[in-house]
Amino acid sequence: MIERILPHPVLTAVLVVVWIMLVNALTPGSVVMGMIVGTAVAKLTSVYWPERAKIGRPLLVAEYIGIVLYDIVVSSLQVARLILFRNPHTLRSQFITVPLDARSPEAIVALAGTITLTPGTLSVDVSDDMRSLSVHCLDIDDPAAVVSDIKQRYEQRLMRILT
Amino acid sequence: MSIVGEIIISALLLVGAGFMLVGSLGLARLADPLQRLHGPTKATTVGIGAILMASMLYQFVGHDKISFHEFLIALFLFITAPISAHLLAKAYLHMNRTDRE
Repeated sequence: MIERILPHPVLTAVLVVVWIMLVNALTPGSVVMGMIVGTAVAKLTSVYWPERAKIGRPLLVAEYIGIVLYDIVVSSLQVARLILFRNPHTLRSQFITVPLDARSPEAIVALAGTITLTPGTLSVDVSDDMRSLSVHCLDIDDPAAVVSDIKQRYEQRLMRILT
Repeated sequence: MSIVGEIIISALLLVGAGFMLVGSLGLARLADPLQRLHGPTKATTVGIGAILMASMLYQFVGHDKISFHEFLIALFLFITAPISAHLLAKAYLHMNRTDRE
């Protein structure tokens, strides 16, 4: 019964919070309206989400967001330095292939987004069998080190969050 | 508004504008289209982040209001920036592949 009304409880909760933020006021009215919108949207779109993504361990999620935010700031400084002080033709740009251990589509999407937002890397494509990501690097010496860094820093954590 | 608040807000605005400028400069300076994507996806994200923080601080210090809209702008930006970069990169690869064949 509860699954009929709330097919995606996490989605509904996120929608309620986003609605309250959009209204910019925490009043009983905005909470009720947010709940109506959250339930309706989750119900109407549940056809497109036959399976439920499992998100666990809120502490790990918080840790992951913290790491990514820190890396975004550091990577911006690095990229800014490369843009300002390096001759663009001396940059060692190349493609690397990151083999994937994560199997759930949600984890792969999150990983691809993270790679794009962090140090000097840009995810370009996922292979047809979803077993590897093709990543473009702005300036690197050692492709193997970048691959193991991505796998340990992001993929391991994401696999524990999104199973 | 206190002088300290004003200084912090101005500093955040300047940092943000600086990063946006560098990101745009990257678009013009870097050599090939894939390299150019690196500038806007990173430097600009931090630039907008700093400007949004300045906006929140201004609402909080100047008007005693807590504003959540900036959180949402940052959230949607972080979700959409990788996707548009991914689309541009794929389009570039696609065009190059047809060139060679």
